[in-house]
Amino acid sequence: MRPEPHLIDYAIILLYFAFVLGIGFVLKKYMKTSTDFFLSGRSIPAWIAGLAFLSANLGAQEVIGMGASGAKYGISTSHFYWIGAVPAMLFVGIFMMPFYYGSRARSVPEYLKLRFDEKTRGFNAISFAVMTVFSSGVSMYAMGKLLQLLLGWNFTAAILISALIVLAYTFLGGLTSAIYNEVLQFFLIVMGFIPLVYLGLRDVGGWDGLKVRIANDAMVHSWKYMGHSSANPMGVEWFGMLMGLAFVLSFGYWCTDFLVVQRAMAADSMTAARRTPVIAAFPKMIFPFLVILPGMIAGVVTSSKMHGVDAKESVVAGTAAQSSFFTGGKGIIPPKYDAAGKPVLVGGKPVLDYDLATPMMLVRYFPSGLLGLGLCALIASFMSGMAGNTTAFNTVWTYDIYQSYINKTASDQHYLWMGRASTIFGLAISLMAAYVAKEFNNILDVLQLVFAFVNAPLFATFMLGMFWKRTTGHGAFWGLLGGTVAAAAHYGLTLPAGAVAGVKGGYLGPILHVYPSEMAQNFWTAIFAWVGCFTLTVVISLLTTPRPEQELKGLVYSLTAKPEEGGLKWYQKPATLALIVVVLLVGLNLVFW
Amino acid sequence: MGFDIRMPIGMLFSLFGILLIGYGAATRGSEMYAEHSLGVNMNLWWGVVLLAFGLVMLALTRLRRKQVPAPGDQKRGDTDIHHG
Repeated sequence: MRPEPHLIDYAIILLYFAFVLGIGFVLKKYMKTSTDFFLSGRSIPAWIAGLAFLSANLGAQEVIGMGASGAKYGISTSHFYWIGAVPAMLFVGIFMMPFYYGSRARSVPEYLKLRFDEKTRGFNAISFAVMTVFSSGVSMYAMGKLLQLLLGWNFTAAILISALIVLAYTFLGGLTSAIYNEVLQFFLIVMGFIPLVYLGLRDVGGWDGLKVRIANDAMVHSWKYMGHSSANPMGVEWFGMLMGLAFVLSFGYWCTDFLVVQRAMAADSMTAARRTPVIAAFPKMIFPFLVILPGMIAGVVTSSKMHGVDAKESVVAGTAAQSSFFTGGKGIIPPKYDAAGKPVLVGGKPVLDYDLATPMMLVRYFPSGLLGLGLCALIASFMSGMAGNTTAFNTVWTYDIYQSYINKTASDQHYLWMGRASTIFGLAISLMAAYVAKEFNNILDVLQLVFAFVNAPLFATFMLGMFWKRTTGHGAFWGLLGGTVAAAAHYGLTLPAGAVAGVKGGYLGPILHVYPSEMAQNFWTAIFAWVGCFTLTVVISLLTTPRPEQELKGLVYSLTAKPEEGGLKWYQKPATLALIVVVLLVGLNLVFW
Repeated sequence: MGFDIRMPIGMLFSLFGILLIGYGAATRGSEMYAEHSLGVNMNLWWGVVLLAFGLVMLALTRLRRKQVPAPGDQKRGDTDIHHG
């Protein structure tokens, strides 16, 4: 099934590389101060910041992972968007941006420093910095592995070339370059995936045809089977979904992760900053159709229909290993192979490699030419994610770690220099992490688990900090720690069905509860973390001395003037736009109920 | 800033469009369309869409150059304040 890209496909990819680099070179001359480099001089129009806000998150995990999830769970995957990401984006835009942007903080950790204290900032800055370089590495590893498997490209060459290109354009043009390229990448991903969805849907006979072929009602309804965890393929019931995924995880990510918030902080005015996530919410609503549908289709179509017969064998080139590629697969999703080239079996049945659902769709439906565009879209998603991580890392490193703890009094030019230097070593560490992931898969699984524990309680801290003026620094810090411990403890005392104790949980010994799926376990871990952090923060805040109200102006809801909206047309008002999104969102949930 | 991202986007997508249209025209009736894209010459058709999108972006760039900055958005105008 390995496709052979032609000259035209390579031409398209090279052209894209040339433009991405060109943008970096053109923007170099605008990078005069550290504010230009780290915050784009706060000069980005709302629509550009909005698309970048979306695109920075649109990394490989999103495009590949949502396709995989679509193939596995069906349209319920849309919950990640329609009750998760989109409402969270509206919330951060309408309610939280006034404090992020209004406080003139240069990063999310710096907001924590202004609102709480040094130790809360330090905890958040260091965990965020470590997390970004490693998740960037994981993403690089995924890309290298995919391009190797799909196109036979060299693993090292694939990740090195894309890392060097990202390095070049973020080194030269800083955040501005990353943001502008993210807009380009956004359009590329959209224009690359529309024909895929069109051809796929046409092949299966539209949405109705897809429903017939999937022949599993639970996979084509998003809410109907959410009443009980045993009724749907995700193994999650509505409460875990709403609380765990939507409220804790999605709000936690979109409202506190500097990777995305940085894009809005670069906007050119308070209104533009508040509009940024709201503008991003519009395309975000449509994305399930672009990234989930291909995965669902991949599970039900055959590999090729040349001359009216199933031409699987003639497409698969020669060797025995390759011709058995699909044996035991489902649709065009191949089974997973272990290092020795044998299919991975669980209970006698092969495990499917769901991560290949979307890439296989590209190979299946795109002829040479379009294939170049599709690969370009895939590479663009990897690069936008990588650049997002890189720019967030260099900012937090330079402002919140280097300037705060290592060298407090250097000149602005020195910090600009440090920004560029940290771009290089950030990417270098990510590259090393990619190789660690290649050799020792489990180490990164453990790391990602730790990050999940650290992230889960964050939203409780920010919510209390922004909307309850009584919250104290001690409360915030110990609450965060407590929430992290609560997450680790809950995870360590539970297991998903069918798993053995270890990285999947249960490492503390006694198993107090067995969840129907890993997803359910993750959602409930997040709920426990949030509740733990919330409770502890409130209790400790009440026991410690609050900061004088004078110092909290612009940082807390009740002590900040409402953002001025007079003189704006209706379509420029963040709240009006958000209301339109909410109406559309309710509609989408009902249509796919 | 005198840089408009719509210009490079317009240029890149126009070039993509031209490449795909050319390639699609040269490979008309090729077996690969039957094999992959349900017998439709998607290179040709999607090339036309990409070119149209690219040209719209370029047109928007030219339009903005003639325009005066729109009022309404109050700029804070304090981009020259630096921390640290």
